[in-house]
Amino acid sequence: MAETRKKRFARPSMELVVGAVLITLIVLSALFAHQLFPEGFDRIDLMSRLTPPFLKSIHPLGSDPLGRDVLARVVAGGRISLLVGITSVIGAVTLGVTIGLIAGFYRGVTDMLMMRFVDIQLALPFILLAITFIAILGGSLLNTIILLIVSQWVQYARLVRGQVLALRDREFILAARAIGVKDWRIIVQHLLPNLTGPVIVLMTLNVANNILLESSLTFLGLGVDPTIPSWGGMLAEGRSYLQTAWWVSVFPGLAIMLTVLGLNLLGDWMRDHLDPTGKTSI
Amino acid sequence: MIESSSNEPSLIRVEDLTVAFGEEKVVENLSFSVRSGQTLAIVGESGSGKSVTSLSILRLADMSGARYLSGRVLFQTAAGERDLLTLSQQDMRSIRGKEIAMIFQEPMTSLNPVFTVGDQIAEVLQLHEGMSRKDALAEGVKLLKMVRLADAESIIGRYPHQLSGGMRQRVMIAMALACRPKLLIADEPTTALDVTIQAQILAILRDLKDSLDMAIIFITHDMGVVAEMADDVVVMRKGHKVEEQPVDAIFHDPQHLYTQTLLSAVPKLGAMNGEDFPKRLPVAVYDEAGARTEGEVRVQNTANYGVAPLVRVEDLVVRFNVKKNFLGRPTHRVHAVEEISLDIYPGETLALVGESGSGKSTIGRTIQQLQESQAGNITFNGKRFSDMGKGERRALRKKIQYIFQDPYASLDPRKTVGFSIAEPIRTHGILHDEGLIATRVSELLERVGLSASHARRYPHEFSGGQRQRICIARALASDPELIIADEALSALDVSVQAQIINLFMDLQEERGLSYLFISHDMAVVEQISHRVAVLYLGQIVEFGSRRQVFENPTHSYTRNLLAAVPIADPQKRVMLAIDDTEIPSPIRAVGNEPEHLRHKEIAPGHLVAE
Repeated sequence: MAETRKKRFARPSMELVVGAVLITLIVLSALFAHQLFPEGFDRIDLMSRLTPPFLKSIHPLGSDPLGRDVLARVVAGGRISLLVGITSVIGAVTLGVTIGLIAGFYRGVTDMLMMRFVDIQLALPFILLAITFIAILGGSLLNTIILLIVSQWVQYARLVRGQVLALRDREFILAARAIGVKDWRIIVQHLLPNLTGPVIVLMTLNVANNILLESSLTFLGLGVDPTIPSWGGMLAEGRSYLQTAWWVSVFPGLAIMLTVLGLNLLGDWMRDHLDPTGKTSI
Repeated sequence: MIESSSNEPSLIRVEDLTVAFGEEKVVENLSFSVRSGQTLAIVGESGSGKSVTSLSILRLADMSGARYLSGRVLFQTAAGERDLLTLSQQDMRSIRGKEIAMIFQEPMTSLNPVFTVGDQIAEVLQLHEGMSRKDALAEGVKLLKMVRLADAESIIGRYPHQLSGGMRQRVMIAMALACRPKLLIADEPTTALDVTIQAQILAILRDLKDSLDMAIIFITHDMGVVAEMADDVVVMRKGHKVEEQPVDAIFHDPQHLYTQTLLSAVPKLGAMNGEDFPKRLPVAVYDEAGARTEGEVRVQNTANYGVAPLVRVEDLVVRFNVKKNFLGRPTHRVHAVEEISLDIYPGETLALVGESGSGKSTIGRTIQQLQESQAGNITFNGKRFSDMGKGERRALRKKIQYIFQDPYASLDPRKTVGFSIAEPIRTHGILHDEGLIATRVSELLERVGLSASHARRYPHEFSGGQRQRICIARALASDPELIIADEALSALDVSVQAQIINLFMDLQEERGLSYLFISHDMAVVEQISHRVAVLYLGQIVEFGSRRQVFENPTHSYTRNLLAAVPIADPQKRVMLAIDDTEIPSPIRAVGNEPEHLRHKEIAPGHLVAE
């Protein structure tokens, strides 16, 4: 008994170390982009346009068609991408998990109304939702985040509702009811901790998705001011140069990949760490 | 010891088998052998390595990462003797199902729910015997008849969920026997079944073994089943074989202290004949220090019939809608409880016994307010539930506590044991100071035989018996007057069971607790209860004191139930005539109301349905 416990805390987790290092580096460099690149990401230098990477020390990762430094833009682009990606996921989780918990726990009419609403929203194409939304409210960073929350929460609601339906008939929930524990305490104390695993997995995958969605919105002119760089935006810009200047889109793509990798590793560690049995699920 | 009577070579010989998962050896230096036409029972409690042994023979343990550190498993195949441990998984596939077949404990989970019974039997035959689908289905019908499924032609087209538990287990046996295997491994095949159904399945297995000249390795924890089935017995404990003997010798002349302890822990039906009250008995304990008995004998004369009953249930009716028509109106209902009346007195243990579908758990759940009733009254301490306000009904959950069958499932895996035990205290605001709550939790843990430091651990770090003690501690936390124990002992090993029974009795003596003890195990009920109600399809067929019901069972159902209990003595093996009656379903169409039984009092307090 005591052994399994010790093992769980003593194991130096590669997931935690690698994930934490990656995410810390990415977040810090995005926060201190101005200090790292005092010249800014916007300096146009048509003389050295499309410089390949690793050749000139002033453009270590090359330059784009306007001669702007790719490294500076990748670092600066992290600010929008991370902000949009992470806050929209947190918002969607909060909304989706709350609604999923209530719908799954109370069943009946509440459940039916909420889930029909979810179905309607799932049937609505994202682009249509986006165009309508932005046409009414106008494009801005905040509105982009709100739009992503509104379009993504349904996934969490469905996932959580399914989990709750499976959990609510388990004996430990029945035992809590038999003791007389109030509904909200059952939801918060017993249901919520038991569905963190799948929610965390979905969250880490969703961050990447939202970073890319932000870029499609920007591409369509529905998102953030297109002059501010973001990873998704850079990917889209570099698309037409892919055959001649791969670095313009590959490095922002790499940044997205490393962020997602780091978040996934952290997510996996958190899921395992939150489960006292130490079993891996999903 | 086994090569006594015949010179016939063994069908399977396990020699010096050691199986490890990671660093942990779960089976060590195990040897045994089985001849055709013989049944070897492997008995042991949880963690004894009995299931791993069977999975290792079939090399299914490989899938969970087992390593075979030593030994051989020699099996007589058509092509001569082969060591199964050296075969590839490819070669094993041609042996599994064809030469060695296996049946498992849970017939529901071992059948695929999306295929019909016929599909699944035919698959085996098409795969191993190369039959056409048509021939395979025809053979399937024959097989189903062989396991005495009367309506085989119709059953073959049904899905698993349309069959009862006993029927499913027969289908599993039919599938296992499809290729006429030489060895059948049965891993706790009757543990999930009702006693009367268990008796049928055991009889079928015994019959088929003789008619097909098959060997059976029968894995079980139930000494009664061993006595019914086995020719030879291997007793295992913690991965080691502690004793191997023919069945008569095991029961009448057990050599090893552990076997003796195990046998003495088995509750024996009829052991309490002539006693008016339940009795607390000493428990046999076997551990590193050796074997000994602990605790004293005490007559449990705690019931107080001189006062008003604590709980009175009058004409209770509970029904669930199961099928609805397209307008959403119910067409079929489960008649779980039909006009049941009973009283529970302070300090009394009232047992509800019956098989699945008898409504015994539903009664408990309705008293605990986990289930709504359709008609009737429940009165607690003289006040009707229906006259109580919301707050009063909530407060009742402090006075009445519920203990579930599976202690692991009824503890939140993400919360410490201390949190779970403190939950009733916090919920009902019994104590507010965190320090006082912690002290109370420590006291409760110590009262049930655990230590205060256990509070910080999680449920998965405990054994089954310890977890049930934790659930008992949680039930005691709010100082209840009634504890409803719903099959609370069924998931436990017999030796642990005996300890928990004593814990229940001690707590009753100490606090004057009443118990509603819901169980299917007649022998345990005989030991623990003051009065017994026998339920059948939601109605009481017999009700009386423990002594009346067990010494003078009058209703035919009570008698059947008692006769079906396997007796832990091979010389009292009763060859029950195979009775193919299924337990009828409590599901009825709307409007088709069951007839309510009328009771006759044949002795003071002894009611029997007419």
